Amino acid sequence: MSGSTDITAMTAAEIAKAVTGGGLSATEVVKASLAQIDKRNPAVNAFTDVTADAALADARKIDEAVAGGTRLPLAGVPFAVKNLFDIEGVVTRAGSKINRGNAPAKSDATLVQHLRRQGAVLMGGLNMGEYAYDFTGENVHDGNCLNPHDLGRMSGGSSSGSGAAVASGMVPVSLGSDTNGSIRVPSSFCGLFGLKPTYGRLSRHGTYPFVGSLDHLGPMARSAADLSLVFDALQGADPNDPAQAARPALATHEKIGHGADGLRIAVAGGYFREKAEPEALAAVDAVARALGVSAEIDIPEAARARAAAYVITSAEGANLHFDRISLRPGDYDPDTRDRFLAGTMVPAVWVEQAQRFRSWFRERMRKIFEEVDILLAPATPFSALPSGTKTITLDGVTMPARPNIGLFTQPVSFIGLPVVAAPVWLEGALLPIGVQVIAPAWREDLALRVAAELEQAGVCRAPIAT
Amino acid sequence: MSTEFDARSHVAHMEKVMGLTIEEDWRPVVEAHIAAIEKAAALVQSFPLEEETEAAPVFEA
Repeated sequence: MSGSTDITAMTAAEIAKAVTGGGLSATEVVKASLAQIDKRNPAVNAFTDVTADAALADARKIDEAVAGGTRLPLAGVPFAVKNLFDIEGVVTRAGSKINRGNAPAKSDATLVQHLRRQGAVLMGGLNMGEYAYDFTGENVHDGNCLNPHDLGRMSGGSSSGSGAAVASGMVPVSLGSDTNGSIRVPSSFCGLFGLKPTYGRLSRHGTYPFVGSLDHLGPMARSAADLSLVFDALQGADPNDPAQAARPALATHEKIGHGADGLRIAVAGGYFREKAEPEALAAVDAVARALGVSAEIDIPEAARARAAAYVITSAEGANLHFDRISLRPGDYDPDTRDRFLAGTMVPAVWVEQAQRFRSWFRERMRKIFEEVDILLAPATPFSALPSGTKTITLDGVTMPARPNIGLFTQPVSFIGLPVVAAPVWLEGALLPIGVQVIAPAWREDLALRVAAELEQAGVCRAPIAT
Repeated sequence: MSTEFDARSHVAHMEKVMGLTIEEDWRPVVEAHIAAIEKAAALVQSFPLEEETEAAPVFEA
């Protein structure tokens, strides 16, 4: 490798291979990442905390370990995390003003520990929508995170910096969180591969929560293979997360090249074909064509599923924040403050009904997955919106933008299904848009295989924004 | 939930019950949000669930 530009264009797998093989040092990789952050971050505003000294120290240790014969699957791979992940010595902001008054974290979040242990190098914390109640990437405290493909547009949120940092080549991999779509929305707007694993798959210990019964963590990357490489490294039992399921780890990377042959795939119809701009449907159709898929399956009661997730989110989120929203409402971002205040006023009957409906919807979706292995649906109803957009009109209905960008992601995470958001660039399009590749619970491997096949076929790709 | 939901009255009542501070210029937005939540809840509430359908708690003793 000659220059830092070449290094920042490499995938995580390529970096690990080059560092392991001795053709490149982790120190060179980290310096290239830091140079790219210096170059791109002032305009994009993806990073809120750059831990440069710690990253360089880590890189030196990895170089020594590799020289001593130690094999590390992620040797020298730079990564960064949404700033709701604990980073030892750094205050966990969770996108807020209030939490930055807390003491610095005493240790890294479990997932950060997993990646560092396997040779990846943490570069710092990333911008996010306040307390993760966001789909836009806009934040009044840290400034808006902008879309690297068009700085006049939203990055998507709430894992905004996780999307923008990878799309601008600052790091090849990031971690985000997804309660109702917060990995899949920025993956769609920024043109990345993003994985929201099955609910209960990965430990959430050491991350600031939003809605415990819906919170997931997962990776974002510029290739499906990197997504699977990192996903495999993130797995592992952790007694500190009460919602983590007692399931064996799933090795996905070794199967990533198995393709989609033999898988029964259908397009999600009904709700998932309404309230979408033409580019969202065209992207799903392009993916379906590439896979030779013509079947369409109606997903019953998806609108109710989305509504139920909406109710649970409002009440559970407000419960978590009750003391703060009671005592310090003026310190919240106005865009989240008024939603948390409203959430404190939700009757328990509404919430319990939504949780019971969740069980009903899970059973229906299990039946559907007896007939198919993969469902395809839009990730967002449109490509990235111009920054500051407050309302959107879909199918003639005008609605607030912020809560409704995730109307296609929300019914899916409601029952915890694993999803890969795969980025499509339609012919002549200036912006990407994502397609959700949805698998049955605990089968992330199937969604990753399909995403890899789409990448191989050239239908999905995640170039660095120039 | 068959009668018209009165977001203004609901917010005025609940802010006292919960001891909240709502500035006057926030109020219309808070009312719009609780109205949106009520609309979503009404959609869920109108679905006939079997009585044996239970929530799926994560808690294990």
